[in-house]
Amino acid sequence: MSDIILKAANLTRDFKVGGSLFAKPKILRAVDDVSLSVQRGETLAIVGESGCGKSTLARMLMRLIAPTSGEMEFEGRQIDRAEGRTLRELRRDMQFIFQDPFSSLNPRMSVGRLVGEPLETHAPELPAKARRSKVAELLAQVGLRAEHADRYPHEFSGGQRQRIGIARALASGPKLIIGDEPVSALDVSVQAQVINLLADLRDRLGLTLVVIAHDLAVIRHMSDRVAVMYLGAVIEEGPTDEIFTNPRHPYTMALLSAIPVAEHGHTRQRIPLTGEMPSPIDPPSGCRFHTRCPFARTDCKTAAPPLRDTGTAPGHRAACHFFEEIAAEAPPPSAPQDSNRTDAARARFALYAEAIAGTGTRPRETT
Amino acid sequence: MVLTLVQSAPSPSAAPLLDVRALSLGFGTSKTRLLDGVRYSVEAGETLCIVGESGCGKSVSSLAIMGLLPQGAAHIHEADIRFRGERYDLNDMAALRRHRGADIAMIFQEPMTSLNPAFKVGDQIAEAVTAHNDVSEAQARDRAVEMLRRVRIPAPEARMNEYPHQLSGGMRQRVMIAMALANDPALLIADEPTTALDVTIQSQILDLIRDLQAETGMGTIMITHDLGVVAEIADNVAVMYAGTIVEAGPADAIFNDPQHPYTIGLMSSMPRLTGPRERLTTVPGTVPTVETMPAGCRFSTRCPFAQPVCAETPPQREFGRGHRALCHFAPLDDRLERSA
Repeated sequence: MSDIILKAANLTRDFKVGGSLFAKPKILRAVDDVSLSVQRGETLAIVGESGCGKSTLARMLMRLIAPTSGEMEFEGRQIDRAEGRTLRELRRDMQFIFQDPFSSLNPRMSVGRLVGEPLETHAPELPAKARRSKVAELLAQVGLRAEHADRYPHEFSGGQRQRIGIARALASGPKLIIGDEPVSALDVSVQAQVINLLADLRDRLGLTLVVIAHDLAVIRHMSDRVAVMYLGAVIEEGPTDEIFTNPRHPYTMALLSAIPVAEHGHTRQRIPLTGEMPSPIDPPSGCRFHTRCPFARTDCKTAAPPLRDTGTAPGHRAACHFFEEIAAEAPPPSAPQDSNRTDAARARFALYAEAIAGTGTRPRETT
Repeated sequence: MVLTLVQSAPSPSAAPLLDVRALSLGFGTSKTRLLDGVRYSVEAGETLCIVGESGCGKSVSSLAIMGLLPQGAAHIHEADIRFRGERYDLNDMAALRRHRGADIAMIFQEPMTSLNPAFKVGDQIAEAVTAHNDVSEAQARDRAVEMLRRVRIPAPEARMNEYPHQLSGGMRQRVMIAMALANDPALLIADEPTTALDVTIQSQILDLIRDLQAETGMGTIMITHDLGVVAEIADNVAVMYAGTIVEAGPADAIFNDPQHPYTIGLMSSMPRLTGPRERLTTVPGTVPTVETMPAGCRFSTRCPFAQPVCAETPPQREFGRGHRALCHFAPLDDRLERSA
């Protein structure tokens, strides 16, 4: 019934920091006991601020680094200790898109070779001619032209480079794609193009996506489910609409309330967070968020809260001792405000959307 | 009942603090102007947001005003600028140096690269004070401590002796702000000051800038790509595209009654936090480069409404209260109709 493609249980990753001949290194726990499961065909977003461990988690899921402890399964196969051929075969089914389209493409390789390279690895039996036509097909899929294959990365803009990165990820015919901040380096207008492209590809190819990002608005548009991380742990997870309308963890509430809304005169109930994220070398006792939580009680300093069902929607869980009480005293998230746009402006936006969708416009005959 | 008009500081003839009447420049031998007829003004106590995407010239325009463009690289075609009502000459390097860091200060996106990693932050702030004032080192250090306190850094005396790498991103940006404001500038230019920061820290820094502006009455130019930040703090907005200001006006007019197709496209492209989660309406294509810059309207290569007439220079259309847009067809709802 439930078809889980990727499953992670109790993943933990430690890094050694400092240390010398005489001093023992300190242990930085970047990811602490994270369990996740990804359903086939869904998009799971992992969100959090810098230093929350989301990129380390992504690298573990990609198997670019091995977990210190914990288990991972891909389509029922154990992968957390996979090596050699098993790992190579895994890479065919599981591909990545990176954040920076400027540093993730080899500047000395033509686009054709960049996109064809995964084919050489994963389908070495393919003759060169077939490979070239496959490359052309992949480029078309991401909205580039076949003749772009002869050009080099520096000839392309950031958005086009990200498309090349996506074509490269699609080359081996993966089932799962993990994107670490796939659109955050792009300008808004180009970012929207790439978000739409990823949604189209997911629907057309039946892909499963795991997207790591810090931009909550982007995540809301791309994902079906969200996991919010703070200081190495998932502190809330649930269906996207539920997380955005009904956040239960105070950190999620604060994060949502901190985002400036692009609407003039929008008043929002801010939940101000003081200070900054503590160092993961020396995390706070008890609830890891208690040092910044405006609702913290004394118990929060001693007992670490487990993720538990909120009972508000299936699969919605939060790691907070007191979310029931807090929900009652916290201001509700800003209700979807009716935009203050003038009627004429609304007409212009509609005209623009229709023109983009293909409806022609012409100058009005002035009498 | 007696109504009294409270006039704040006696401003000479109520001239804007900074009045850029025309600024056009290019790089190297290229004929294409990187900035073409840029025009904006800022009053004391007011925040102007210049919003646009990478390469639109929003940073270049403020670097030019600060005199920070590489010498000889930029070719200034025209520059008619007034600061406090007086002529502001971009070729007078000595005058620019007197203004820079004194009455016009700037903060940058990446505080790590704008702070010198080899010096303690306290010394760097004190240096900004001694550069423009005849004070002793001790006085400069006192001023530095006071500035750190004003940007709400806890234990400022201790922080004075720390190096930039010992501070977090948010703290570094606070140090940059302390340094910029050390000489009580009349104008602060902030170039993407919160882009490198997390949202919870971003809102702290925006609050700080707003508070300090209220305390000091300085004018602020905020350069950003984030319309959310613009909505949060702008009094006036200038939307830049490919080196031109395509639309400008009071913030409420820009958000509630946008006129230029690029402004509308930019707002449509933004993923939203509320409302239906539908497919995003985009701005197709990419920004033209210096080589591919079209004649006439620079947005015409990406505009869904473009017509043959757009190859001609678009007229500046006015909509009252200083709201203006550079478009042949503004207002679109009056001048265009569906052809189907």
